[in-house]
Amino acid sequence: MYDQPPTLTATEEARRQVEICNACRYCEGYCAVFPSAFGQRAFADGDITQLASLCHNCRGCYYACQYTEPHEFALNLPAALAEVRVESWERFAWPSGFARLFQRSGVALSLALVIGIAVLFWALTALAPASGEGFYAYLSHSAMVAIFAPAFLLPLAAIAIGLRRYWAEVGGARVRWPHLKAALVDAAQLRNLSGGAAKGCNFEKGDRYSQGRRHAHQAVFWGFLLCFAATSSGTVLHYVFDRPAPYGFFSLPKLLGLPGGILLVLGSMLLIRLKLKADASLGAPSVWGGEVAFVALLGLTGLTGLALYAATGTALVAPLLALHLGTVLAFFLTTPYSKMVHGFYRMASLVRDAQRKDA
Amino acid sequence: MTTLDAAPWDLVIVGGGNAALCAAIEAAEAGMRPLILEAAPKPYRGGNSRHTRNFRCMHHGPLSVLTGSYEEEEYFDDLLRVTKGETDEGLARMTIRRSEECLPWMEAHGVAFQPSLSGTLSLSRTNAFFLGGGKALVNAFYNTAEDLGVTTVYEAEVTQVHVDGDRFEGVTAKVGGAEIRIEGRGLILASGGFQADLDWLARAWGPSARNFLIRGTPYNRGVPLKQMLDKGADSVGDPTQCHAVAIDGRAAKFDGGIVTRLDCVPFSVVVNRDGDRFYDEGEDVWPKRYAIWGRLVAAQPEQVAYSIIDAKSLELFMPSVYPPERADTLEGLAQKLGLPGNKLRETVDAFNAACREGDFHPTELDGLSTEGLTPPKTNWARPITEPPFYGYSLRPGVTFTYLGLKVDETARVSGPDARFANIWAAGEIMAGSILGQGYLAGFGMTIGTVFGRIAGQEAAAHV
Repeated sequence: MYDQPPTLTATEEARRQVEICNACRYCEGYCAVFPSAFGQRAFADGDITQLASLCHNCRGCYYACQYTEPHEFALNLPAALAEVRVESWERFAWPSGFARLFQRSGVALSLALVIGIAVLFWALTALAPASGEGFYAYLSHSAMVAIFAPAFLLPLAAIAIGLRRYWAEVGGARVRWPHLKAALVDAAQLRNLSGGAAKGCNFEKGDRYSQGRRHAHQAVFWGFLLCFAATSSGTVLHYVFDRPAPYGFFSLPKLLGLPGGILLVLGSMLLIRLKLKADASLGAPSVWGGEVAFVALLGLTGLTGLALYAATGTALVAPLLALHLGTVLAFFLTTPYSKMVHGFYRMASLVRDAQRKDA
Repeated sequence: MTTLDAAPWDLVIVGGGNAALCAAIEAAEAGMRPLILEAAPKPYRGGNSRHTRNFRCMHHGPLSVLTGSYEEEEYFDDLLRVTKGETDEGLARMTIRRSEECLPWMEAHGVAFQPSLSGTLSLSRTNAFFLGGGKALVNAFYNTAEDLGVTTVYEAEVTQVHVDGDRFEGVTAKVGGAEIRIEGRGLILASGGFQADLDWLARAWGPSARNFLIRGTPYNRGVPLKQMLDKGADSVGDPTQCHAVAIDGRAAKFDGGIVTRLDCVPFSVVVNRDGDRFYDEGEDVWPKRYAIWGRLVAAQPEQVAYSIIDAKSLELFMPSVYPPERADTLEGLAQKLGLPGNKLRETVDAFNAACREGDFHPTELDGLSTEGLTPPKTNWARPITEPPFYGYSLRPGVTFTYLGLKVDETARVSGPDARFANIWAAGEIMAGSILGQGYLAGFGMTIGTVFGRIAGQEAAAHV
């Protein structure tokens, strides 16, 4: 038992449980995991990996299950699949050691944050420009690009490597637009947290259904996308329209970024609150700290961004700029190894599931 | 727990499954303060309801997840067919008619439904499936009951029912290690049958019943039922009979539930401990035959049988929770199953020799029958020739017992002289009035829901 790599034990345990589910099938209507599983009779490791990434940990199946402890079958499918997710994401990550570190350790993630902020303070001191407007008075545009272009592109490359590994393991086919579209619609609606005909998931209120987690996640998800769109629009304005920052209130970066930041902060706070109330034993307890730290980091990117905007024209701009950009730097660099990566694997699993339904 | 015996409760409900919860919700909505005494600990609450998956429902047109329509006459005919007339037509028709309004009521009280499960398309018109199954339904009802102020005590085992003449006065229950007397102005009995009391089962059925497996809850020991019968309550249903299906012989003694079912019989030859066949495995499609196989296996030596298939049939039925025994030869398989190898070989050879050419259709009666074999296999008879060979053991799995309390259409229990003044019954404990024999999928939940609701309403109106 113990000389096996841990990957196998989590996958084996999940396989044991899914095989029992396959003989029962009562949970078919909750989410995509069950119809996906019930088309098969035997489950290869890649099948279990795919089911695990499809599972959004809504926990409906756990509370509905007649075979949870103390029953001898001791089913806890949300936890079993959560463990598989953790281990598979570590396996796919490049380099995988970072994933072990940042998924499991909130302390490591906090340390990354401190380092990120320190780097920015150093940059503000060492690379102080002779002249510039707005933020560029503190850190030149070229210095920002020198830091953030690699900090954005390198993680994307690492994620691409991970996704390729995932795709190979689950036996994915060539991705076509209808599959991608189906996955995007699922993700945008968080259909797998809807509970099927029930109302939401069984997360923070035991066996009572609640839309809390779905709504909080939607706030974070759309808030993040708005913030990302704000930054992207700034880049476009800078390079295409030759309109560098700073931007006024009635500009795309502000009109997107302000509501985005607020949604991100509120959603993150709510997600952490729900996570504190939820039963940790129905997830992967080993990454609980890392997950909370990740959501906090995400919320902090929004909060420091809002604070920076609020401090416009005051002496606080320089330190807040370092705080915000440092937070963003830590967030980007750890993305392939933190809970953030779940979005990419979930998307991949949804695309794969659309292919299964199509087949 | 000290407050339990402080003052009389408006209503004492014995049992914690679907019928009990429907009764409690109705009574609480009518302004009563009911007490539920559930014998099981909280994780196992809900009696056999936690193992159910659907509810058979009359409807005039598409209703919620139900397709088409399912009218009273067809529903009643289905019931007559399985019970062979062992039913009270008045009660049965009332139950059927009332089932239609139950579905929206269940939805309004927290139950979510899902389309018919894969492998059960034949039920999509007649049976509404609970999303997540019976335990999810039980959870929803407990939450609704809690919100309505219903008090529930778990691990509260009722040992005595106190009746003076035609009036219920109170119960004695073991709660937290102490026996206490709990007074109430009315009583609803929704505590199920007696199938988990193996001694009672052995007295009723015969000693072989000790080898039966109990598919559902170990907490239905029939104590309140026996108390009432001892007090002269009218009984219904054959006291010696239980509903038993053939399930995986390796299942746990209790609570194996749905996953212990085996659907391989129609594609197999079934032999007993001595290696002999004893019944037509291909008589009809499995959903129509699994129930009689419980009795067939119960009649075999040591109440066990073995279903043997070969490689070509392995994927024709729903996957089983326990993997089959497997061997490359029939002798090897016989050894693993503890069967006489020569005899199994002889039986299978004789069967194979009686098979004839023809088209095989696993999902319909294909008429592919043996010739000159006793007993015959009248459908799906393909020779068992392609290794590896697989074998499953089969044992009778008891679902419920038929003996129950006689009730009228207001769910009131009949006493020695007349009806009891303030005692009602709902669910398995009175189902024998309507379901005297056989079983109709999802009908137990229908009886429980209809009579649970009536019992709750009536109790609220009369105590």
